[in-house]
Amino acid sequence: MNAADCRAPDAALRDAVAQARRWYWQRISAMVLAVCVLLHLAGMVWAVRGGLSAAEILARTQGNVLFAAFYAVFVGACAVHVPIGLASIAREWWQWPPRAALWFARAVTAALLVLGLRAVWGVYAPGA
Amino acid sequence: MRRNDHRAHGHPSWWAFWLHRVSGLLLALFLPLHFLALGQALAGPAALDGFLRFADVPLVKAAEWGLVTLLALHLTGGVRLLLIEFGRATDLRKNWIAGGIGVAFAVGLAFALALFS
Amino acid sequence: MDEKSLNVRIWRGGAGETGRFVGYAVPRRDSQTVLDVVTQVQRAIDPTLSYRFACRVGMCGSCAMTVNGQACWTCRTHVAKVVGDDGVLEIAPLANLPVVKDLATDMSVFFDKWARARGRFQGAQTRHDDFARVSPDTPERQAANAGIECIGCAVCYGSCDVVQWRPDFLGPAALNRAWTLVNDVRDTDRTERLRAVAGDAGCHSCHTQGSCTERCPKGIAPTLAIAGLKRTVARAAVNREL
Repeated sequence: MNAADCRAPDAALRDAVAQARRWYWQRISAMVLAVCVLLHLAGMVWAVRGGLSAAEILARTQGNVLFAAFYAVFVGACAVHVPIGLASIAREWWQWPPRAALWFARAVTAALLVLGLRAVWGVYAPGA
Repeated sequence: MRRNDHRAHGHPSWWAFWLHRVSGLLLALFLPLHFLALGQALAGPAALDGFLRFADVPLVKAAEWGLVTLLALHLTGGVRLLLIEFGRATDLRKNWIAGGIGVAFAVGLAFALALFS
Repeated sequence: MDEKSLNVRIWRGGAGETGRFVGYAVPRRDSQTVLDVVTQVQRAIDPTLSYRFACRVGMCGSCAMTVNGQACWTCRTHVAKVVGDDGVLEIAPLANLPVVKDLATDMSVFFDKWARARGRFQGAQTRHDDFARVSPDTPERQAANAGIECIGCAVCYGSCDVVQWRPDFLGPAALNRAWTLVNDVRDTDRTERLRAVAGDAGCHSCHTQGSCTERCPKGIAPTLAIAGLKRTVARAAVNREL
């Protein structure tokens, strides 16, 4: 017998629905990331030719709304996809208890959103 | 109870899982650093340039190649998983593992060639 | 007849004592199976060796053990196929299950999880109703047929890393059985069963390692059954059926 059997039935039900949601959000974000990553990789292979410089990068990104929108979506998809995977690793390989893994995942989500959107703003904001 | 060791892991699907998980973990560790580096632009182009100059050494370039390859590996492995989970797969698509690794290294090669051009 | 000897290492030990491998020299013979080797040891060398078998012809699954690190049916595993270069044959009980003694494991938790996954058919008809008509050509019936040959031998369960990492994980066999019933149009327990197989202990913890599919002696693919459960549970959650 495990803890799940001792919980109230509706708690187990919530867990089932929550897990189903986590599963399909991870797959949806994976599909979004597949597109973003392909475009990003193509862009990077093109952009690193002849070396990188801040002037070159910023000339392409500053004031470029399409660029900012694309990378904001990219950051959002990462913020959904990465924590779910890390939580699995924490539970299975590092044997963390469920609550610790959950809070870890939330912390990673917040960190990726904050740092990621800050970076997008950093290269988009004109005349820095 | 007895536990499995590496001999139970000697088949392609298991290695595909391990590669997917480890590549994801390494990328997850790298991502905040990537965001912090780009966020340097907030302090002005000079700050960003400072970081780029620091990154202009062979060791960092090799690490960049490694990360690009890991990203491509995670992508191709992930596409295989999506096909198994959402498609009507009748087997574990082991041929996709080999193909995926090949594509990933091709991407890495393209990046390396561009990096050293 | 090949008169050379096999260098056999067999796991010995019961509950409450530390187990260890003990070496035995067993005469090597043509067309010898691993079950032949274990039987030879118990009958001619050490009668205190405990192990399970029944049909010895690959139908019952009782003789499942770990041979050179991989789970298999010992009655269907020829020594020639698995023996190491140095003639070493390592025989241990199935992994992920408590050891009763030597090569015999306690299968209770395996079958408890089968029950927890609601791996039992529930119908609405009685003997007074006409036979149900189920076409074998429908996708649902083909999906069910792909998994119904399971005889509960626990080779898949003993091969799965997620079972090792998450003690609550229902495991490939229980989830595969649940999938066959989800696809059985006569079954009336669908919603409860989908609830039972979702969650951390259920299908969502499968990472498609595929060891179950790789090792199943019946050629069943629990990995694909579990993928089907993931899709079905997600659809049910979105449709608020759960």
